[in-house]
Amino acid sequence: MLSAIDKKILAEVADLHEIPHGAYNIRKNGEGAGRNTTANIDIVTKKDKPGINVIIKPGTKGESVHIPVILTEGLEDLVYNTFEIGAESDVIIVAGCGIHNSGSKKAKHDGVHEFFVRKGARMKYVEKHYGEGPGSGQRILNPKTIIEVEEGGVAELEMIQIKGVDHTIRDTEVRLHKKARLIVTERLLTTSQQSAESNITVELTGEDSTAQVLSRSVAQDDSQQVFHLNMRGYAKGRGHIQCDSIIMDKARVSSIPEITAFHSDAQLIHEAAIGRIASDQLIKLMTLGLTEKEAEDTILQGFLK
Amino acid sequence: MLELINVSLNLDGDKGQVEILKEINLTLKEKKIYVMTGPNGGGKSSVAKTIMGIYRPTDGKILLDGMDITQLGITDRARLGIGYAFQQPPRFKGMKVGDILNIAASPERETNVCDLLYDVGLCAQDYLNREINASFSGGELKRVEIASILARNLRVAVFDEPEAGIDLWSFQKLTETFENLNKKYDTTIVIISHQERILRLADEVILVSNGTISEITSQEKILGEIERLDSRCDCRNNCSLGGNINVECDR
Repeated sequence: MLSAIDKKILAEVADLHEIPHGAYNIRKNGEGAGRNTTANIDIVTKKDKPGINVIIKPGTKGESVHIPVILTEGLEDLVYNTFEIGAESDVIIVAGCGIHNSGSKKAKHDGVHEFFVRKGARMKYVEKHYGEGPGSGQRILNPKTIIEVEEGGVAELEMIQIKGVDHTIRDTEVRLHKKARLIVTERLLTTSQQSAESNITVELTGEDSTAQVLSRSVAQDDSQQVFHLNMRGYAKGRGHIQCDSIIMDKARVSSIPEITAFHSDAQLIHEAAIGRIASDQLIKLMTLGLTEKEAEDTILQGFLK
Repeated sequence: MLELINVSLNLDGDKGQVEILKEINLTLKEKKIYVMTGPNGGGKSSVAKTIMGIYRPTDGKILLDGMDITQLGITDRARLGIGYAFQQPPRFKGMKVGDILNIAASPERETNVCDLLYDVGLCAQDYLNREINASFSGGELKRVEIASILARNLRVAVFDEPEAGIDLWSFQKLTETFENLNKKYDTTIVIISHQERILRLADEVILVSNGTISEITSQEKILGEIERLDSRCDCRNNCSLGGNINVECDR
């Protein structure tokens, strides 16, 4: 049974208001709390270590898998999940993690997610992180995501962490084969003393592979953010990284670009910008009747949407 | 309705304080259309920004319907029905055209955002869901900016060079839109412009130069002067001499 707190966290991290349709696996405080498989999507518990294997049959179209994780007590949880996205399939995977920490002990979830996007398959992966709770215990999330996209495959990643996570180190490694495509959208908001680090490495190994990484973040109060976005071109292909941060109060943001070409037909672009909210944006919204605070919130909301 | 009494404005420049406006006295009457013209750098935009509250006057008073609004900020003035269309509107990463128009739309008035975009020559289907980001051209930005002013229920609307980037077909539409705004909603309109066709809308023309109002006159007189200056000159609308009769064109 899911409690009211569980349901709220599910709504935050997976936009779920009830038990989802289709395949799902809910993990609560280090243990399985519910699972459903379908004719095309199988979920099996790993035997050698904690975690699951999600196996999507080739040609599966329009199905989704939800694998939310809920932590409601001080606990250090570590999982290894493997996803096999069968050839020519088209699926959405929603993997959120929400922490409600009401105690003083540390609540930590480290997840290692490995994806194999097979030939011609298309996967959209949505990962939302959320923390709440009145306790003094820290809320920590360290996801590691490894993705292999085979010929003609498409991986679209949406990684969002908007509130309440005290400390996060996010590692993402993607390897693209011939004509494979990657689209990454990252959204990050840190407040108070929080710190976040995002390391994304993309390797364009196959001919005509393309990658686009769009990262937008807002750092408020005394929080700190570090972005290390790295793109490596080993073959003819195109890669574009765009990293935009709004800095406020006494926050600190580092954006460290790295693009390396090992092939003369690799085209790589890195754009990075850090700055405060432009005053003419604030003034424009104030001339429409918003207060300065409302204008600021509206701009941030749009920026992180 | 809106009065500027002895309004002066000093702003901080590279070499200390710079006098921008000197004892401006101006009374805008209800339901009228004013066109403010004059040489570049003469103070037109500064008058507009002082009306909106973006600049606070160093001296003098601003009254709206007899109420002293000199000390009010931008938000309060906006809520009292003052609007300003930027000469160079900002772009917003992540915000869509529809978002801005919905923020601008007055709750007291039923607003159809599609009509607003049509009035400025943009197709609603193409634009409502577009982000106002770097992909917007200057002309597109200006049109969205004008639409955001049309969405509001205003006592006074100030447009800062609205014609920049507007093509010929839309220009006709735009002048009709100004007239309609003025007649249907009784909004007093101030347009900063050098364009002959905009000048023809004016009930009165306000000439601003060197930080002062040098003359308040009729469109006939100004248009006559422009014609006399050089009727074959393609540059006259943007001429730094502003079509003033007393200045010789040394081109």
